[in-house]
Amino acid sequence: MTEYTFAYLDEQTKRMIRRAILKGLAIPGYQVPFASREMPMPYGWGTGGVQVSAAVLVPCDVLKVIDQGADDTTNAVSIRRFFEKTAGVAVTQDTQAATVIQTRHRIPEAALREGQVLVYQVPIPEPLRFLEPSEVETRKMHSLEDYGLMHVKLYEDISRHGAIATAYAYPVKVEGRYVMDPSPIPKFDNPKLDMAAIQLFGAGREQRIYALPPYTKVVSLDFDDFPFEASKPDHPCGLCGAQDSYLDELIVDDDGTRMFMCSDTDFCAKRREGGS
Amino acid sequence: MYVAVKGGERAIDAAHDWLAEERRGDLSVAELSVAQIREQLSLAVNRVMAEGSLYDPDLAALAIKQARGDLIEAVFLIRAYRTTLPRFGPSRPVETEDMVCDRRVSATFKDAPGGQVLGPTFDYTHRLLDFKLAADGAVPEGDEERAEASAEAMPHIMDFLAREGLVQREEVSGQMPPDLTRTPLELPAERALRLQSLARGDEGFLLGLAYSTQRGYARSHAFVAELRVGKVAVEMDIPELGFAIEIGEVELTECETVNQFQGSKTEPPQFTRGYGLVFGMSERKAISMALVDRALRWKELGEDNVGAPAQDEEFVLYHADNIQASGFLEHIKLPHYVDFQSELELIRKLRREASEEEPPA
Repeated sequence: MTEYTFAYLDEQTKRMIRRAILKGLAIPGYQVPFASREMPMPYGWGTGGVQVSAAVLVPCDVLKVIDQGADDTTNAVSIRRFFEKTAGVAVTQDTQAATVIQTRHRIPEAALREGQVLVYQVPIPEPLRFLEPSEVETRKMHSLEDYGLMHVKLYEDISRHGAIATAYAYPVKVEGRYVMDPSPIPKFDNPKLDMAAIQLFGAGREQRIYALPPYTKVVSLDFDDFPFEASKPDHPCGLCGAQDSYLDELIVDDDGTRMFMCSDTDFCAKRREGGS
Repeated sequence: MYVAVKGGERAIDAAHDWLAEERRGDLSVAELSVAQIREQLSLAVNRVMAEGSLYDPDLAALAIKQARGDLIEAVFLIRAYRTTLPRFGPSRPVETEDMVCDRRVSATFKDAPGGQVLGPTFDYTHRLLDFKLAADGAVPEGDEERAEASAEAMPHIMDFLAREGLVQREEVSGQMPPDLTRTPLELPAERALRLQSLARGDEGFLLGLAYSTQRGYARSHAFVAELRVGKVAVEMDIPELGFAIEIGEVELTECETVNQFQGSKTEPPQFTRGYGLVFGMSERKAISMALVDRALRWKELGEDNVGAPAQDEEFVLYHADNIQASGFLEHIKLPHYVDFQSELELIRKLRREASEEEPPA
């Protein structure tokens, strides 16, 4: 057992996943069940994204893998190495140079272009899950377009806190039909979901794939009098000075002094190289 | 300064090296061979094969060695390897009736054709640490009658009750059951699919659920009509030949429970069944499986759903798999800087607004 197929999965499995992806692209925001396989990394560590990437990668692709926006977080390193080993594809940290980007919890700061594919790792694909634990029930709610429960939840947030108390995995409505979980990206990233690249979402453990074709209309749920607001820490990046990028907060000394820096490491590095 | 997000690559390599070192342990102690694990830790091997859904004692033993004895990690290694294997096709249903039994006991009849065979069981051993075993593992002299006892035919005990019409009749659908590992789980699941899921489910989870039914959460008062452990032949139809050939044999544990049943709106009073079938000698798992299987059958028997966890098909099937569960559980070790940051910011904002609204008391 030294040789594996290109990108680990056998061709039949990749074909099965591609079918699910195509179905997902045809019905944006709809969760397509697929026969997720056991991968050599644990469920919950990106097996859905890895299977989707394995199914879309071709030998000439250039792959970028980020976790929390960064290329060198441990799990991103692990997944990138997996594809270097099993698919032999070129890898990069450069957002513009990549043709396939697998991500966990972030959308890159730089706008993506047509021809690129952004693959999300999804832990819980069901946006209604924490309102209704039964999958049988939530599938029924989606088919009936019954999203009252979600609106009630958002309304209760406002009445209790004066704001919608969802900071990440903020639910969106796709093309006026399906309510979708954008994966646990900060709501700062939600406006970027309207993009030129193909977006594919893979949830391995939960056996679901869903997709957003380029230029799909994606609206973050809100109310007229409480409009959606994409927020971020109110600081500039401590390294590159960017005012408009999402920031990580670091504790840098024993007194608890904080420093803020871009979560998107490629974006931050490019700005510093560019001398801005 | 920002070491937290840098150097991931080097850290991973160093961690893997350390892990390999820890696995080997003290170099002055002889290394464990895969064959030793296979032969001397066979119940661990059985569990890994059962929950890994792959019957291969050598690979399971290797996985246990590689996983440093962490059986769920070993199951995971086997599952990931299993993904790379092609599916040739289904075997014929194995005939457990023809099992060459090492062990066969019934709790419902004192004697039955084939007799009671205790076999290599921990039952009735006194759980006293055997300090002699620490010095040498000498085996007592073999018993010559042993081989003969198991040669006798052993019909299923349940069939005697069924002949009398006292046991609920099982419908034979004749349909090929779906393969849980090749099609996504969709609910409601038929019984064949539920049993598949239970057979590879976590032993501890099923044990807890089965125990809960005994303690009154969907009680079905189960008797072990029969528990048998032994080898069965696996046969497969070969289209080119036009007949089935034996492709190997597997060790199985089969448990059939007979359960009290008062009758319901749709069914007359009769005994009902729970069924457990597991790779290797895995009695605790097989019995647990039979009890949970029985609890999940409330709908077809017209029983009330009392809201017990063991009756909830979605709850049981979605949470029985220890590879899914441990992966998701442990993923919270991964960085969550981004989502935590957004939470942090939200809570600061909410607190700020709250303190602005309420004048200090």
